[in-house]
Amino acid sequence: MTEIFGVPTQALFGQLLIGLINGSFYALLSLGLAVIFGLLNIINFTHGAQYMMGAFVAWFLLNKAGLGYWWALVIAPIAVGVFGAIIERTMLKQLYKLDHLYGLLLTFGLALIIQGLFRNEYGSSGLPYSIPSQLQGGQNLGFMFLPNYRAWVIVLSLVVCFSTWFVIEKTKLGSYLRAATENPELVRAFGINVPRMITLTYGFGVGLAALAGVMAAPIYSVNPLMGADLIIVVFAVVVIGGMGSIMGSILTGFGLGVVEGLTKVFYPEASNTVIFIIMAIVLMLRPAGLFGTQR
Amino acid sequence: MAAAVLPMTKPGEVGAQRIAFVLMVAFFLLAPLVLYPVFLMKAMCFALFAAAFNLLIGYVGLLSFGHAMFLGTAGYVCAHAAKVWGFPPELAILAGTAAACALGVVTGLLAIRRQGIYFAMITLALAQMIYFFYLQMPFTQGEDGIQAVPRGKLLGFIDLSNVWAMYGTVLVVFVAGFLLIYRIIHSPFGQVLKAIRENEARATSLGYDVDRYKLAAYVISATLAGVAGATNALVFQLAALNNVHWSMSGEVVLMTLLGGLGTIFGPVVGAFAVLAMENYLAQLGFWVTIVQGAIFVVCVLTFRRGIVGELALLIKKPL
Amino acid sequence: MLRKLGIAAAIAVAMGSAHAQISDGVIKIGVLNDQSSLYADLAGQGSAVAARLAVDDFGAAKKGMKVEIISADHQNKPEVGSSIARQWYDVDKVDVIVDVPTSSVALAVNQVTREKNKAFLVSGAASSDLTGKACSPNTIHWTYDTWMLAHGTGSAIVKTGGKSWFFLTADYAFGHALERDTEEVVVKNGGKVLGKVRHPLNAQDFSSFLLQAQSSKAQIIGLANAGGDTINSIKQAAEFGIVKGGQNLAGLLVFISDVHALGLQTAQGLILTETFYWDHNDKTRAFAKRFAPQYKGNMPTMVQAGVYSAVLHYLKAVEAAKTDDGPKVIAKMKELPTDDPLFGKGMVRKDGRKIHDAILVEVKKPSESKGPWDYYKIRSTIPAAQAFRPEKDGGCELVK
Repeated sequence: MTEIFGVPTQALFGQLLIGLINGSFYALLSLGLAVIFGLLNIINFTHGAQYMMGAFVAWFLLNKAGLGYWWALVIAPIAVGVFGAIIERTMLKQLYKLDHLYGLLLTFGLALIIQGLFRNEYGSSGLPYSIPSQLQGGQNLGFMFLPNYRAWVIVLSLVVCFSTWFVIEKTKLGSYLRAATENPELVRAFGINVPRMITLTYGFGVGLAALAGVMAAPIYSVNPLMGADLIIVVFAVVVIGGMGSIMGSILTGFGLGVVEGLTKVFYPEASNTVIFIIMAIVLMLRPAGLFGTQR
Repeated sequence: MAAAVLPMTKPGEVGAQRIAFVLMVAFFLLAPLVLYPVFLMKAMCFALFAAAFNLLIGYVGLLSFGHAMFLGTAGYVCAHAAKVWGFPPELAILAGTAAACALGVVTGLLAIRRQGIYFAMITLALAQMIYFFYLQMPFTQGEDGIQAVPRGKLLGFIDLSNVWAMYGTVLVVFVAGFLLIYRIIHSPFGQVLKAIRENEARATSLGYDVDRYKLAAYVISATLAGVAGATNALVFQLAALNNVHWSMSGEVVLMTLLGGLGTIFGPVVGAFAVLAMENYLAQLGFWVTIVQGAIFVVCVLTFRRGIVGELALLIKKPL
Repeated sequence: MLRKLGIAAAIAVAMGSAHAQISDGVIKIGVLNDQSSLYADLAGQGSAVAARLAVDDFGAAKKGMKVEIISADHQNKPEVGSSIARQWYDVDKVDVIVDVPTSSVALAVNQVTREKNKAFLVSGAASSDLTGKACSPNTIHWTYDTWMLAHGTGSAIVKTGGKSWFFLTADYAFGHALERDTEEVVVKNGGKVLGKVRHPLNAQDFSSFLLQAQSSKAQIIGLANAGGDTINSIKQAAEFGIVKGGQNLAGLLVFISDVHALGLQTAQGLILTETFYWDHNDKTRAFAKRFAPQYKGNMPTMVQAGVYSAVLHYLKAVEAAKTDDGPKVIAKMKELPTDDPLFGKGMVRKDGRKIHDAILVEVKKPSESKGPWDYYKIRSTIPAAQAFRPEKDGGCELVK
């Protein structure tokens, strides 16, 4: 069989596919962050904790209310999104006129609080959550065994990512949103309730994080720290993609998944670090990111 | 971060600062009679680290999210020098500081042309790469860290395993570092930095090579953070991976924010407060991160000037 | 003095005067472990509960001995651990520190204890260096270590036919040590290592590494990692049909708290080695029954059981030696044979290694389990003499 750098091509295809699947996760997570930063100029460091909350809500629904995965996909983003909206209304609102690094510090503090509270309550080893029965098992593709759930992840991610991009870039609602962040006074003068749009947008971004959390629950350990190390990777994705660009984040998310997947084959120890190397390089050459515009 | 910073010190307003300085030194001289000296030594090291960090954020307006790389690098080099190469303590600290300075130059050249969140993200990315480097390098012993680092004999005859000798050394290093920062802030160089923070475009139009000044400030900040890291390694006789982890970078932000960004004594107060809280809460187990998070939130929302900042406002003098 | 208040109650009775040679009349025990992150569940607060039960069972009050217990969180950071240890020894007059999971912290505390001439009973950490090149007359390593895990699980699996191995290793010193020890055992027993992959610590997604393991076609995939990484590896291995495809997982460092977090559906069939199981015999069950209500209904892990056993033996030694001076008590602990309801009969060797039987277990299928925490089928018992590394092989300076 043919080999590339000592790795059989068959195995390489398998790794590339896995890379794409992981990339779809990164894309979904960074989408929420990109929406929040791109439209609201808020650096939402709580994103990782909100992702974790989504997974926990799913667990909660299953174990306390008997509602399974499919319910969780709908309920969890809404519940956590509402929580996000409350945060925005009560705390973030006051920081808009300040340097947006304060938003970063506030959300960083909130993340610490949320993670700490969950840890106290639920310990740190995690809680069991299984793959819903309809998605169990997998297909033997010849070069690898693809679990059905993973295929589902990539499909759902693509759908959500592109719908979001479409709404924001191509619809009237999206254009109001973009106008409102560029020039709130003017848009308000047109009779549009700008503060409410901002709150809803933040809530939506948070909801996306929670959705990613629900999708993660069956395959990754549901524990209070699941978002903690992930948050800086997601940030890196958004920064590389360009902080104002939705499409940038989506494409970078997928791209990173593939690059990381290849690193896992050739130099696995570095797979957590390769994203930062890329980020440093991109920031030095194109400071606004690959698809972004300098703010 | 201009919004939170206090007005610049005018000549004639140094009275309050002098008093504060005397109080601070007196405190650190007398406190070991009552408080645990090792805790105080740690507080002084981290106060210096926070003061170095504050130089960058408070006076130049650059938020570095990777400052732990200087603390950790100096710690590792100092520990290695003392343990493996057998350096006496003063040379080991110098070695660690030099390493931090070199790293500061390299990372500074890469990062300095960006601002705001981009600067923060580049420093974070570089710090993560440094973390990975140390994780892989055999000399750091990975997560075990370099242990059993000998404190040695200062200048050949002062045995630093005596806690009072060590304490005295740390106190001297801390005061020296602090005074150096003070001198820099109140020098013409410091005035230019403040001008850059207030309005970079105008500073450039006045003919100042803004990037060069920022880089200089960055390297100074890195070097002093290195002094803190190297000294810390000798105090604990240990250099470990967590001092290079990004959560340590987050912790120094917390200390500076709580103490007061852009104030001179803020970082010292902030470092002491955060360490005291961690120390006390360590025995209560799990509330540490929650309280840390709460402090971040409260400080950002209602207490933006920090402890010293609010105090300075009260007495209407810069501190 | 900054007095730190402990959360555990002090069991102190001022009945009669304390023994003249007990420092300040109180035997102070410090339970130091991770209470807020990765290892909070396998030790954490539960260890403090176990220590208290040991003091009760020893009957300190009746014997007129004052015993106090305090605890703290080392957050898995060697500097924090070493700092707390120093403070405890210097300021709070702690006589012995127990538990300390996370080998890097244990090594640091080992050093400080030696300097301050106190005592250190390690239950949580795994590094076999603690009775090897870092051995000390002030330290006893209880419960388990990497050598025991590697040889217990490794040789048992190879002997029952698992000859070809692929390692999934966490890329840090501990993971490497576990991999190295297990590889040695596998090769010695006639097995082969077909490949290894090192993953970064706290990698969330193992699909790529598992794919590599699958394509190696090794019979056994050895998991040389711990905590969340092990849980994620096992969970995702189930998803990728590893076990259904004919390969088996060997958990080199798995605790019952991890199995609890995974659920039997995912963890079934996993083979691992422990030294304590709450449902092993009547005595262990009785202990568990007293333990669970004090610790949120959770059953004791082997680390927590180790804390009980160590504290009990320590108090016996203090009584016999009539002092709480560190090295003297440790020496006494090596002199007296051990006997407690949890580990049965055993002893402490010259190099500081506590010896007791180990058990090789397999995780039950959901249908075989009668309820929560009923997780293990005991496959075999490894006698103490074989379970741990021979004294002469450790490179410990106390064994010459």
